[in-house]
Amino acid sequence: MVLEEMRPGSEGLVKKMSKGDKLGQRLMDMGFYPGLKFKVIRNAPLEDPMQVELEGYFITLRHEEARFVEVEPS
Amino acid sequence: MSRGKYLIALAGQPNCGKSTVFNALTGAVQHVANYPGVTVDKLVGWYRYNGTKVEVVDLPGTYSLTSYSPEERVSRDFILGEEPSAAVNVMDASNLKRCLYLTFQLLEMEIPVVLNLNMMDVAQKAGHDIDINLLSQRLGIPVVPTTMKTGKGKKELMECIASLSGEGSNRRDHPARVDYGKLEPYIREIGEKLSSETALALHYPVRWLAIKLLEADSEAWRLIREHHRDDGGLLAFAEEKRTEFETLYDETPELHIAGRRYQAAADIARSCIKTGTADTSPLADKIDRFVCHRFLGPAILVGVIWLLYYLSIVQGYNLTNYTWPLLAKLRGAAEAVTPSPGFIDIPVLRSFTLWFVDSINALLNYVPIFFILFALIAVLEDSGYMPRMAFIMDRLLSRFGLHGQSTLPMVLGGVYVGGCAVPAVMSCKGIPDERSRFATILIIPMLNCLAKVPLYVLLVNIYFAAHKAWAMFFISTVSLLLVLPTAKILTLTVLKRKETAPFVMELPPYHLPTIRGVLQRAVERVWLFLRKITTIVAAVAVVLFVMLQFPGLDDKRQAHFEREKETAVAAFLDRIEGTAYADLIGRDNMMEFINYWNSYKSARLKGGGGAGLDRTFREKNPDFFSIVKRKGQDGTKAYLAAKKVVRERKKLLMQMRKERINRSYLGRIGKSIEPVTQWAGFNWRVNVALLSALAAKESSVATLGALYQSDERGQALEQRMAEGEKGFTSLHALALMLFMVLYPPCLATAIAVKLQAGSVKWMLFSMVYPMVLGLAVASAVFTLGSSLGLTGLQAMAGFYGLALAFTIFMGFFKTESTYT
Repeated sequence: MVLEEMRPGSEGLVKKMSKGDKLGQRLMDMGFYPGLKFKVIRNAPLEDPMQVELEGYFITLRHEEARFVEVEPS
Repeated sequence: MSRGKYLIALAGQPNCGKSTVFNALTGAVQHVANYPGVTVDKLVGWYRYNGTKVEVVDLPGTYSLTSYSPEERVSRDFILGEEPSAAVNVMDASNLKRCLYLTFQLLEMEIPVVLNLNMMDVAQKAGHDIDINLLSQRLGIPVVPTTMKTGKGKKELMECIASLSGEGSNRRDHPARVDYGKLEPYIREIGEKLSSETALALHYPVRWLAIKLLEADSEAWRLIREHHRDDGGLLAFAEEKRTEFETLYDETPELHIAGRRYQAAADIARSCIKTGTADTSPLADKIDRFVCHRFLGPAILVGVIWLLYYLSIVQGYNLTNYTWPLLAKLRGAAEAVTPSPGFIDIPVLRSFTLWFVDSINALLNYVPIFFILFALIAVLEDSGYMPRMAFIMDRLLSRFGLHGQSTLPMVLGGVYVGGCAVPAVMSCKGIPDERSRFATILIIPMLNCLAKVPLYVLLVNIYFAAHKAWAMFFISTVSLLLVLPTAKILTLTVLKRKETAPFVMELPPYHLPTIRGVLQRAVERVWLFLRKITTIVAAVAVVLFVMLQFPGLDDKRQAHFEREKETAVAAFLDRIEGTAYADLIGRDNMMEFINYWNSYKSARLKGGGGAGLDRTFREKNPDFFSIVKRKGQDGTKAYLAAKKVVRERKKLLMQMRKERINRSYLGRIGKSIEPVTQWAGFNWRVNVALLSALAAKESSVATLGALYQSDERGQALEQRMAEGEKGFTSLHALALMLFMVLYPPCLATAIAVKLQAGSVKWMLFSMVYPMVLGLAVASAVFTLGSSLGLTGLQAMAGFYGLALAFTIFMGFFKTESTYT
């Protein structure tokens, strides 16, 4: 499953980035690393982008970017 | 590094309290510069410790040190290029794990690092118990806990910096390094090749460079290409190793590297922190429930934008009522020192000086507005609301090739009516995506800045008098309907090749901005604006002056005006003949009297008269005073004669000015482009007004004022223009207003564009394309409208409908996804 498909309120673990270039590295730099617990908080008023909580801080990313974060829902 | 001075760098992730540390260390001694070639601010400050000057450079807050953004690149270049004697790694004590990710990268660059755990009070309150000694031991570097907000730990930090920077310092030799596991053999292999085959090892840490090459870091590749002759061999080798790792382990080296860094960070964090109480939901979460809410969020956003307009534009404008007299005094002073005017010959030095002062004053008049605006931007930045704005608006704006972070620049530029493109363009630098940043910079001048409004108001009052509200609504909102599709078209064409960047960003915790921080930034930015912009505006004022003033009247006309002057003067002297003033005023002191008259009248107009004013003027010249006050029969007679001659003179001066503009270089240009502009319905007078608006848009109305001079005094420009342009219809006015919407940036904005886009080429483009587009739109509306026999109002409605439809169409027009 990928992060893009997660509904607001659901939680999971980051598995890996399925894209290794600039986007993948940026996602990692911003704190998405394998094994990290996260929670999808909400979508923006116009559905995109989404807000995700990672260990006490909040990240926003577009759905087209969230497609490249492989996750395991919990 | 010499004994007398240390250079240290402050590094840290965004929102870790780095600027608090910087301010605490350096106090008020700091200044802003730019890193060479980019628009990233370089903050430098100083302090003294035991007699040694310590220069502190506050690097931009970054999550990492790749070559992702200009901020990350300058930070990295600074550390490698300037070789500071130590780096202070500031981190949020509550967020140890994520912050260590950056620490490892600093350590890899082999510079002495001191770890500054800031905001200890917050961490303790949240129940984090951090074992400082163990942390220091595991990282192999000194760790200093502080609460800089209260100054706690500042002395210890300074001491630590000094001992790390000083010669013979007790640097620990083995800072922690991340074990990259299965990637280690690759790093070793490339490192060996680097040391044996290149001289790069002398300048750069080999392990760092090897890691960067495996990460396919573009800057590292550039480094090799620049410094190493046999670049092909080395780069090909690195690439080969990259692919080998990727195929073997099904993971790119950069992801593996990042992952290992987090593992190491998590491992250290786990062993050094005992978290007592469970994490409560952060304050940001509670606030976001409202601020990012589906319905409340946009409503709050509109409220914030409204408040921003209200405080800066409305209240700032009120403030100019107090500051304008100061500027008027400046003008008065300039007037006093220049040669006084003759009856019809105004000395060039005088008219030039006044023109120059007026041009600068027009700009300085905005300082109160800018000050408030910049202070409010600082509040928005510090509070943490800006990323939320981007969060709410991104979907809409990204459809048109813009970015969530384009929201603030667009608001500043005047989404409705009354913004200013200069701060708007300047605020674009935060947009990480280069393509959207350029698109934003290029479309901002098309929004409705404050200086466009006078022309709108003028035209609406004359030609849409019956439908003022509708016409103003049209012009206020139509700019957005022109801006959005234009942004999309630019993105799909000229900007197609510009780099894009992921949107991912942090929604940081909310902070209460400090007054000091806000004021400091507001002052800095106003100062920057004045320094960079004023000089250019001054230069252009000179050019425009020359173009409007020369070549001047020919001898024949000059002689004609001389004769007119003679008649007027003779008539005046004739009229006062026989009064007590006949001996007091003659040809020689005629001008002295007229100047006295004018200054009394203007003082009355400004100050509203009063006993004090009368006393000054009586003391200056009791005889002249009795004339302006119509004392007795002779006084009244002389008063009437004077009134007449002053009016005559004014009329003559106006005529001369009109003829001068007519003959001027700018006038000639205006006429020569008439064949093109006639399709838009612009005659040469309109052309001249538009050309003079290139320096500042306010000039358009002022120039029209000069062109439609009438003999009657006190007639409003509305009437004069209506009479001066009998053939003008509301359709002409509509075309002119639309052209004004799309008008090229004023010079101040053009300079801002050059600064932000980083090249003259883009500045020129930003000036040419709106001109072409504006002329095309105005011509289409005018020519089509006239041939269909539409009125201005009908054409307005038609245009609005089409623009709306086109905007919606462009919004749905899909661009290919950035990621495949």
